[in-house]
Amino acid sequence: MRLLDVRDLTLHFKVKEGWVHAVEDVNFTLESGETLGLVGESGCGKTTLGYGISQLLPDNAHVKAGQVIFKGEDILTPSLKKNGTLKPYRQEIRELRWKEISMIFQGAMNAFNPVQKVGDQIIEAIKVHSDVTRQEAVARVEELYKLIGIPKDRIDNYPHEYSGGMRQRAMIAMALVHNPSLIIADEPTTALDVIMQRRILSEIKKIQNEFHMTMIIITHDVSVVANVADKIAVMYAGRIMEYGNIKDVFKRTANPYTKALFGGFPSLKGEKKRIASIPGNPPSLVEPPTGCRFHPRCKFAKEICKTEKPPFITLPTGQQSLCHFANEVQQGGMA
Amino acid sequence: MAEPVLEIKNLKKYYEIKQGILAFRAEPIYVKAVDDLTFNINKGEIYGLVGESGCGKTTTGRCIARLEDPTDGSIEFQDVDIAKIPKKELRGFRKNVQMIFQDPYESLNPRFTVFQAVADPLTVHARGQNIEERLDAVVKALNDAGLKNPYDLLERFPHELSGGQRQRVAIARALVVDPKFIVADEPVSMLDISIRAGVMNLMLDIKEKFQMAYLFVTHDVAIARYMSDNLGVMYLGNLVESAGTDQLINNATHPYTRALLSAVPIPDPDYEWVDVPIKGDIPSPINLPKGCRFHPRCVWARDICKMKVPEPIEVAEGHFVKCFFAEEFYGNEAPPPVPEIDPGQDVANDDGQ
Repeated sequence: MRLLDVRDLTLHFKVKEGWVHAVEDVNFTLESGETLGLVGESGCGKTTLGYGISQLLPDNAHVKAGQVIFKGEDILTPSLKKNGTLKPYRQEIRELRWKEISMIFQGAMNAFNPVQKVGDQIIEAIKVHSDVTRQEAVARVEELYKLIGIPKDRIDNYPHEYSGGMRQRAMIAMALVHNPSLIIADEPTTALDVIMQRRILSEIKKIQNEFHMTMIIITHDVSVVANVADKIAVMYAGRIMEYGNIKDVFKRTANPYTKALFGGFPSLKGEKKRIASIPGNPPSLVEPPTGCRFHPRCKFAKEICKTEKPPFITLPTGQQSLCHFANEVQQGGMA
Repeated sequence: MAEPVLEIKNLKKYYEIKQGILAFRAEPIYVKAVDDLTFNINKGEIYGLVGESGCGKTTTGRCIARLEDPTDGSIEFQDVDIAKIPKKELRGFRKNVQMIFQDPYESLNPRFTVFQAVADPLTVHARGQNIEERLDAVVKALNDAGLKNPYDLLERFPHELSGGQRQRVAIARALVVDPKFIVADEPVSMLDISIRAGVMNLMLDIKEKFQMAYLFVTHDVAIARYMSDNLGVMYLGNLVESAGTDQLINNATHPYTRALLSAVPIPDPDYEWVDVPIKGDIPSPINLPKGCRFHPRCVWARDICKMKVPEPIEVAEGHFVKCFFAEEFYGNEAPPPVPEIDPGQDVANDDGQ
């Protein structure tokens, strides 16, 4: 079943200097039970896209175009005011949020209220959205704590009494309280050490398998999603550069930016080779480059890339690449 | 032939914990942030120090730059024990060691222009007789740090630079006094991936060009592998394993190193996760476990590990492992874990207290 269908989504922020073109022409779909890895560098729009789907954007965010179709219904258009901003308190989206679409926030350190017990905060999330007694809510928290491996006598602790890994797990428990159809996880393991990162990722995998959960994992670290996601969307300067099944994108890369991004990671395995940097810096999103947004830094760039926005080219392998020369790049040409 | 620039022997850094007025007669309590570290940093080589947060790797770096006063041990540099230089004479030593910090947004004074920031160490160390000489030195350092058109940058402030440029300015500031070694504390962990590779390659080029010695502190083992010639793994203030980088990665012997390496994510969807052989969570550095500090989390721990502190064993030339069973484990596949006596405990105490 198609759970989520994002069509031509364009989100801009109004700032003093003009408009920040944070997300532009984004298209992707998620089938029920699939996990999408949304990767890119800081400022590429990946978090804005994630928050755009759950409509948690600040007031200066404007939806310029597009639809977010969730379970067959457009959840974005009815929320729009005339000027393109989102109505923050539309009742329908509040019912959807957390019940249907929940989030695991970046930096669980700050996501919990420090003066309230962790258990109470999770119970609150339960009671806001369903009519249960406190006992029932506590029972649900206990059940979730067992699932994610925190002893239940820690329910009455405050956030500072938890270690970083525990807080992240409690965050996952909170996202699961209503068995949502979609979880959006924003950098779920970024603040953690590798051993804890692996445990949290294993936890996420377990939940995927047990509950057939649909997820979007937003991260800057491609190696985090390599073994967790089914699909990957690589973003650069507000646009999805490449999108497809994770193995195709990793093994048969068809976009110069994706290639450069993967090439910038040293690996623990395999031959030790000099990694290459991408010349220049990520562009300003107030005045993004014309044509292909990556062209000023692309070693394959031709004249056409400077003037014409590339089309999404679907490759024989099935993935899509936003590049005039996607086929050549995939075949390793254009050197 | 490896020529040591720094010889670190039995380095210790303890922090006393203040216990309040009622405990004035109690035994002092210490956090043993760095405990008994011995290793050399060679000329023209990078020594990578890896470990999880709180393992003491940053404190080690700060001790070597004498930003902290070591509690005990020696750091020998050009026949002088850095650890024992009196505070007043530190300035003479400091021109030999420079630091590159993690966050270039915080390590550069926002009110200093690039010229002021890079020229400042020259003033402090009374280098450069006049403004022309200082300008030449600054421009050379900016060039060495891979910044194109250094003259255009001189009057800029940090907020006008990109993240990569800022870190390069911080590197230029370190290079301007011709140091003998550099302590780099997570120098690329705040940088974006597309920028990071450039800064790492720059540091490697500087190593080659100036035969620079580095201590490279990082939590990222893949980066440590890429950068360093020798590698040390720290756990709770101890150096549990050290060797040449390839030797250590390919023949990881200490149970903690094995766990750490197996948890590193590999950017390859075909790579199959192996189980991470570790249990529990890092204990508090105040109440350190008796015996081997890793024993409560070690899946191969035996009785002796709970009672005695292991000494480093040299399993191959220059490859030291602080584990009683180093020789048995070396070069072998991981042995089967010692069965748990109380299996329920592990899950319940997963995150420990």
